[in-house]
Amino acid sequence: MSANLKRRDVVARLLAERGDLLVVAGLGSTAWDCTAAGDHPLTFPLWGAMGQAAMMGLGLALAHPSRRVLVVTGDGEMLMGMGSLATIGVQRPANLSVVVIDNERYGETGMQATHTASGVDLAAVARACGFAHASTLTRESEIAALRAAVHAQPGPNFAAVKVVADKVPIVLPPRDGGLLKARFRRALLGDAADTQ
Amino acid sequence: MSEAIDWPLEVHRILSAAKLRQVGYVPDAGHKRLIELCRADDEMRAVPLTTEEEGIGLAVGAWLGGERCALLMQSSGVGNIINALGTIKECRFPLPMLITMRGEYGEFNPWQVPMGQATPAVLEAMGVVVQPVREAAGIPAAVDAALRLAYNSYVATAVLISQQVIGIKSFQEQAAR
Repeated sequence: MSANLKRRDVVARLLAERGDLLVVAGLGSTAWDCTAAGDHPLTFPLWGAMGQAAMMGLGLALAHPSRRVLVVTGDGEMLMGMGSLATIGVQRPANLSVVVIDNERYGETGMQATHTASGVDLAAVARACGFAHASTLTRESEIAALRAAVHAQPGPNFAAVKVVADKVPIVLPPRDGGLLKARFRRALLGDAADTQ
Repeated sequence: MSEAIDWPLEVHRILSAAKLRQVGYVPDAGHKRLIELCRADDEMRAVPLTTEEEGIGLAVGAWLGGERCALLMQSSGVGNIINALGTIKECRFPLPMLITMRGEYGEFNPWQVPMGQATPAVLEAMGVVVQPVREAAGIPAAVDAALRLAYNSYVATAVLISQQVIGIKSFQEQAAR
């Protein structure tokens, strides 16, 4: 599939005027994308745990049913945790959205092809697993509706957004895992998080 | 006999008192009754997983959101969580795990033995505080201590419940189930 969407533009638009949205960013390119859109205490960017981003979104969504939760991750990361789509489909959290920024490549290791380059359809997997909505997006005109769905559409929602496989500048979030955890909890739960 | 204690009931009571709100699990014969008790508890979200590794992500998300999450698994599942435990250690997430042992005391399935024998060493290598328990009567106190240690010190803890407690299955018994 010949994509023309740019990953940084897509993520910036998804996170624009994010309000009280809670975000988990999968390791590698999507963590850099989310940071480029603006480092934020309510974004938990991953530096490891490949395959776990969607499950972190599930735990967070179950803990806070009244808040919207967005997982932004890559196709390689999602493929490593594909079973989690089934687990989320069973729990069906209405406040969770998983958006895969799909460049059909492993961006951090030399741009090798992922399975999506050979036609593996992650949106079809999510649909088969019981997600309320699941689609593959290729057009710029679809991104505004995706952002609206992330904020308001009863889920679980899934979207694979096909993007150009180009290299973009790396924008690093803080690396200290303890700091990233503590600042997220303090921003979400207040000072009480420190003594919980 | 110490076996008279209804340890799953006691452990469920302890999890409830400690305000565990999410329990991730991969179905396991040794945890069967505890899983049923958690599933029947309206205050707990029991989350069946396709692989134990998903439980690490679940627990991370739960704690980011201010909820406590415990994981129930068999020792063979420990092999599935090793890399993800790196995130628990680096970020100092609290994570109590209750692990029923295979490949240990009188195991009948040779394929269970390598992972079962490696379980304590693997967990300790990844920074998990390990507490083996060989008698049913000792399980509630060990679980209580594991929860306190996890949430007071922001570490991963594992209570390893021996096959001496769970019982030894034979091929014949397994086939008859």
